[in-house]
Amino acid sequence: MSAAIEVAPVRRNAFLAGLIRLIREKPLGAIGLAIVLVFLVCGIFADVIAPYGINQISPVNRLKPPSARFWFGTDHLGRDMFSRILYGAQLSVIIGLSAATLATLISVTLGIVSGYFGGRIDMLVQRVVDAWMSFPELIILIVVVSVVGPGMFQVIGILGLTFGIGGSRIIRGAVVSVRENMYIHATQSMGATTTRVLLRHILPNIMAPVLVLFSTRVGAVILVESGLSFLGFGVPPPAPTWGGMLSGSGRTYMYLAPWLALAPGLCLTCVVYGINMLGDALRDLLDPRMRGSR
Amino acid sequence: MSETPLLEVDNIKVHFPIYKGVIARQVGAVKAVDGVSFSVNRGETLGLVGESGCGKSTTGLAVLRMLSTTAGTIRFDGTDITHLSRAALRPFRRRIQMIYQDPFGALDPRMTVGQLIAEPMIVHNIEPNRAARDTRARDLLSMVGLRQDMAERYIHEFSGGQRQRIGIARALAMQPDLLICDEPVSALDVSIQAQIVNLFQDLQARFGLTYLFIAHDLAVIRHISDRIAVMYLGRIVEIAGREALYDHPKHPYTQALLAAVAIPDPDIEATRPHITVTGEVPSALNPPPGCRFHPRCPLAIDRCRTEEPQLRDMSNGQSVACHLA
Ligand SMILES: Nc1ncnc2c1ncn2[C@@H]1O[C@H](COP(=O)(O)OP(=O)(O)OP(=O)(O)O)[C@@H](O)[C@H]1O
Ligand SMILES: [Mg+2]
Repeated sequence: MSAAIEVAPVRRNAFLAGLIRLIREKPLGAIGLAIVLVFLVCGIFADVIAPYGINQISPVNRLKPPSARFWFGTDHLGRDMFSRILYGAQLSVIIGLSAATLATLISVTLGIVSGYFGGRIDMLVQRVVDAWMSFPELIILIVVVSVVGPGMFQVIGILGLTFGIGGSRIIRGAVVSVRENMYIHATQSMGATTTRVLLRHILPNIMAPVLVLFSTRVGAVILVESGLSFLGFGVPPPAPTWGGMLSGSGRTYMYLAPWLALAPGLCLTCVVYGINMLGDALRDLLDPRMRGSR
Repeated sequence: MSETPLLEVDNIKVHFPIYKGVIARQVGAVKAVDGVSFSVNRGETLGLVGESGCGKSTTGLAVLRMLSTTAGTIRFDGTDITHLSRAALRPFRRRIQMIYQDPFGALDPRMTVGQLIAEPMIVHNIEPNRAARDTRARDLLSMVGLRQDMAERYIHEFSGGQRQRIGIARALAMQPDLLICDEPVSALDVSIQAQIVNLFQDLQARFGLTYLFIAHDLAVIRHISDRIAVMYLGRIVEIAGREALYDHPKHPYTQALLAAVAIPDPDIEATRPHITVTGEVPSALNPPPGCRFHPRCPLAIDRCRTEEPQLRDMSNGQSVACHLA
């Protein structure tokens, strides 16, 4: 029997079994996963789902409250908020997830290198982190944007890098404490390679802070992106990001048409909440000591 | 070939430097191990006893090459491994294994028992096939007296004695020659201790293992050791066969150690010397000149304060580092 034939079904079963465990043992986490999936699907299929175009202006329907026709109301230009939220999900969720993923990868890499190897490498990495963190991220972003122009990839790259370098401190701390465990010593003394020690022992044992870091970063990135969009350094309008909607028309018409701020605000809250719950559930499920607990 | 000892430790020193100040100037060193020599023959158990902090663990870690030695040589199966590179050391990393005092800490909580036992086989490419590895892991579990289906469980689900058995199974997976057991039973219940000690003996008989067995419990050491080395403040003060050491200890420190425990045989109990020591163990940072034991020794003479005694062979393999012996 070849290894490939054996492995595939095992993998799929493990995934299914994991999903079943998530639903059974961590119902809140399953709800979080469902929320994230709903927003992802909405974002990906926005073109199909959205009843109106993003920039389809209708002057007669300006600032209409939510109704059967316009689920989330309309804004000051008569654009359908529901459609804009859907397209916004595309941008905000993509930016949030990719920048948070990038940030987590950078944090984990820097944190592990710095925390595990220690000594001079640690010293060097930590001074670079200090130097980077002493620049406000806004300045870096302005410089980059003025060189290459505004856009989604610039935002993902800069936010990923900034949050990643900042978060590396947390991972480094976790690595330093895991490294002191006797099982690391035992694995080294039996002749395991450094790669094995890092990937098979250090990484699984720092998964708790890694997941927490990731899930908090998604929300943070979406929020910071809204600030950047507000200043004109984010994804340029008229692209509908949630942050842009919140800080743009949402703030201007807060009293006249509160749905303009409520719709993107609530969506943002839901996504961040969903990701945090999913992250917490995963953290517990991945810890064998938490087996069977709620 | 089998005439040469499996492990020969020759005058090793392990000093931990102490730094102070902003420019990290070295202001001294903890002389945790300061000139220790012994050898262990194939299939033999050498017990290593001494008070807390005398350098037993440090000696074990130096042999395991997990600490760099300041001086001296460690020869394993005829090869000088003291300064071998990482790559050259790899085969020896398989052949020398450590059993830890706290098996819970020494086993990764995120791995199943099966994975823990299979890991060394992957590292040393002992069993490239995954199914065969699993089978062997299960066999090893039965070998150490556990059920095969325990392979699926995690380490926190086991008792202390079971964890130590798992630690032993993991070490055995590498088919080692030498096990360095650093107080492997001292964290366990007395009733469990006996079981684990017996397991060590069974495995030794079965696989011809060699043990460097570190402990501070003299009853355990007596039960398992063929020969015993007594350490005091980074040095070996006496090394002898089990019977010789327990029946006629020659070093005042050994006598004091043994005096602290009652001997069940009344004849020996009545005739053996009863020495008591007072005071504290001096600091390994600044060991006393001459014999390190002299400040606490009731028999010390002037010579002990100035001249450091060397290990001298007395008779039938009993060596003592004492001017008065
Ligand atoms: N990494 C280190 N840095 C500095 N000093 C150390 C280090 N490791 C051990 N020491 C010192 O070396 C001496 C010997 O320690 P060691 O752990 O070998 O003692 P031990 O005989 O195993 O004691 P125990 O019975 O308590 O386990 C002690 O004084 C200890 O404080
Ligand atoms: Mg010790």
